[in-house]
Amino acid sequence: MAEAQDFTLKIRRFDPESGEQAHWQDFGVELDPDRSVLDGILQVKDREDASLAIRCSCRAAICGSCGVRINGKSALACNTRLSDAKQTAFNGAITVEPMGNMPVIKDLIVDMDAVHWKKIQRVVPWLLPEGEPPEREYIVPAEAMIDVTQSMACIQCGVCVSACLSLEVDPEFIGPAALAKAYRFVGDPRDDHTEERLRDLAEDPHGIYDCTHCFACIEVCPKDVAPMSQIMRLRRRATADFGIKDSNNGYGHEKGFVDIIEKWGTLHEAQLLPRSFGQGSAIRGQVAPDAVKQLLRDMPTALRGLRAGKITPKKALMHPKLPGQKNVRRIFEEVEGKKERLELNLYIVGDDGDQAEGAQAEGSGES
Amino acid sequence: MKLAYWPGCVSRGFTPELHGSMELVAPKLDLELVELDRANCCGAGVIAEHNQELVDTLNARTFAMAQDVEGAAGMMNICSTCQGAQSECQERLDADSAYREHINSNLDAEGLSYERDGTWWNKNFLWLVVEEIGLDTLREKVVRPLEGLRVAPFYGCYIVRPTRRLGFDEHPERNRYLDMLIEAVGGESVHYAGSHKCCGFPVITMARTTSLRQAGRHLADAIDAGADCVVTPCPLCHLNLDLQQPEAVKYVERDLGMPVLHLPQMVGLALGLEPDELGMDKHVVKTTDVQRKVAELAGA
Repeated sequence: MAEAQDFTLKIRRFDPESGEQAHWQDFGVELDPDRSVLDGILQVKDREDASLAIRCSCRAAICGSCGVRINGKSALACNTRLSDAKQTAFNGAITVEPMGNMPVIKDLIVDMDAVHWKKIQRVVPWLLPEGEPPEREYIVPAEAMIDVTQSMACIQCGVCVSACLSLEVDPEFIGPAALAKAYRFVGDPRDDHTEERLRDLAEDPHGIYDCTHCFACIEVCPKDVAPMSQIMRLRRRATADFGIKDSNNGYGHEKGFVDIIEKWGTLHEAQLLPRSFGQGSAIRGQVAPDAVKQLLRDMPTALRGLRAGKITPKKALMHPKLPGQKNVRRIFEEVEGKKERLELNLYIVGDDGDQAEGAQAEGSGES
Repeated sequence: MKLAYWPGCVSRGFTPELHGSMELVAPKLDLELVELDRANCCGAGVIAEHNQELVDTLNARTFAMAQDVEGAAGMMNICSTCQGAQSECQERLDADSAYREHINSNLDAEGLSYERDGTWWNKNFLWLVVEEIGLDTLREKVVRPLEGLRVAPFYGCYIVRPTRRLGFDEHPERNRYLDMLIEAVGGESVHYAGSHKCCGFPVITMARTTSLRQAGRHLADAIDAGADCVVTPCPLCHLNLDLQQPEAVKYVERDLGMPVLHLPQMVGLALGLEPDELGMDKHVVKTTDVQRKVAELAGA
C-alpha cells in the first residue's frame, strides 16, 4: 500500500434550510492516493463536518448511488481515484459538485426522482409481451439477448444524465439513461410493442432525434453502457426496420444524407435540407407544405451564406461526383443488399488482439 | 513532411475558406499535402447510425488510399467530425482481424485493402501540429505573434470524446491542445464553459431549438469571458457557430456578433498570411475587429 498523501477537496455546499447561498468549502484529507474520492468525502464527514451530505452505499461502483461531478466531469465518487482526480484538478484542489441537470436537495445529493426516474418511467421500462404470460418463464435463446446486454449493464446512477449536453439546453429531452433503457426493451425478442415504442420515441420532439451526438454519456458511463450508441440503434431500427417517417425529420435526415453520399460520394449540403424536410425526397422537400415552410425558415440563413460568398448559386445547384464514384455506389449496393446488418460491438467481443471472430448480425433476436 | 490529406466535404462545400487556408498554411509549415481526391465522405456519424458495415467499409477505403500514398508519414484531416467518425471505424477495424478481412473483402473489386499497422495514423491538423511538427517549431515560424488577441477555443465533440477511443490515454494533453496552440502563436486562450461542449450542428434539422440554444449559449459564454473571437478545428461547428449565429441570437435572446475562425486561419495569420488570403471575408459574422487587431500587430 502506498503512503498516505494530502489532498484538498473543494466541495460545493448547499443547505436549503440555512437560507445561505450555495458556496465552495475546502477540506484537507490524508489518504492513500489509490483510494477513491468517495473515501475522501467520507473522511471529511468523519473528521471535520458530519453534516456534509452525500448518497452512497456499496463503495464498489455497483449500487450507483454516489454520482457527482469531479473537476467538472460527471463520475461515481467511489470509482475515481484521488490520484487520478488530482491530475485533472485546477490549481491543485479537486472540486466535487453535485451532478448536473438535476435539482440539488442538499450538498452533493440531487433529486433523482424529479428528473432521472421520471424519464425512466417515460419509456415504459417493462416488458410488454404478446398475449397471456406463459405458465412458466419465457424461453429465449441466450444469443437472442446478446444485443441488449450492454443496455442491461446500466446501474441507474444518473451520471450520463448529469453530463448530457442536450438536457443542459432542453430539460424535456428524454435523456441518455432512459433511452438506453428503451433500447433494452426494443431489442428484447419477447417484447411485442417494438414498433409502437420506436414510433413513440421518434415522434416525440424530445426523443431519439433530440440527441446531439456529443458522446458525453459514452465518456462518463462507469459501466460502458454507451447510451448514445443505444440511441443510434433506436434510430437505425426506427428507420431501417420499420421505415418510421417521423415529423422531426429524423428519417428524412438519415435517408437524405445516405442517398447523397451514394449518389455523389461527398456531401452536397444544399441538397440535405430539402431532402431532410421531405422525408428523404428532394422533390417532396420542395413541394410538400410542411417541408416548404421549413425551407422558407432557412432562407435567411442561405441568403447570408450567399452574401458572405460561402455559398455560390452554382455550388447550391451543382455538386461534382467523385472521380470513380461508381466504386462508392458499388459498396452501397453490395453492403445494403445483404440480408443482415453486421455489427461489431466491442463491448461484447472486446479488443481480442486479433484472435476471435466477433461480428454478428444486429438485432438477431428479432427474426 | 509528406501527408495523405483528407480535406472532408464541408471544407470544400459551405466553408471553402477552410480548405483554401489550409492549402496556404501547409507550405509555410513544410507540409506536402497529397489530396485524396477519390476518397468519400466519412459519414459524419449519420452513416454509422444507418449501417455500421457500410461506414466501416467507406472509411477503410479512405484509409487504404492514404496508406497507398508513397512516402507519406500518415494521413491528415481538418475536421473534428472526420477525426471522430474515422477513429470510430479504425477502432473496430483494428480490434478484430476477421472483421477487418471481411470489410476489406468489400474493397476487393477496387484492389484496396486497409492494413492494421501500429505506426500508421490519421490526425487532425490540431494533433499534427502539436505531435508531429511541435509547438517549438511552430513558435519559430511565427512572424506575427497574435499578442493581445483573446481567443476562445472550441474543440468539437468528435475530437475530445470518447477519450479512450481518441488516444487520450497516450496523449492526455489532447484535451488542451487548442489552448496550447493559441498560446504558441502568441494569443491568449480564454477559459469559458463551452470550449468542450456541443455546437448543436448534428440536430439543426431535427431539434432546432436544442441546436441553436447550444450554439448561442457557448458564443454568449465566450463573449462574457472577454473573447475577441472563437477558433475551431471543426467546419461543422463553424456552420452552427458562424453561419447560423444570426439565428442562434433568437434562441438566447441577446446580441452575439462573435467572429469564429477556422484553426488554419488563425495559424495562417500568425505565419504572416493576410486575412483576405485566408478567406476571412467569407464569414457570416464579420471578422473586421479581429483583422483590425491583427493589422495593428503588424504595424507595431
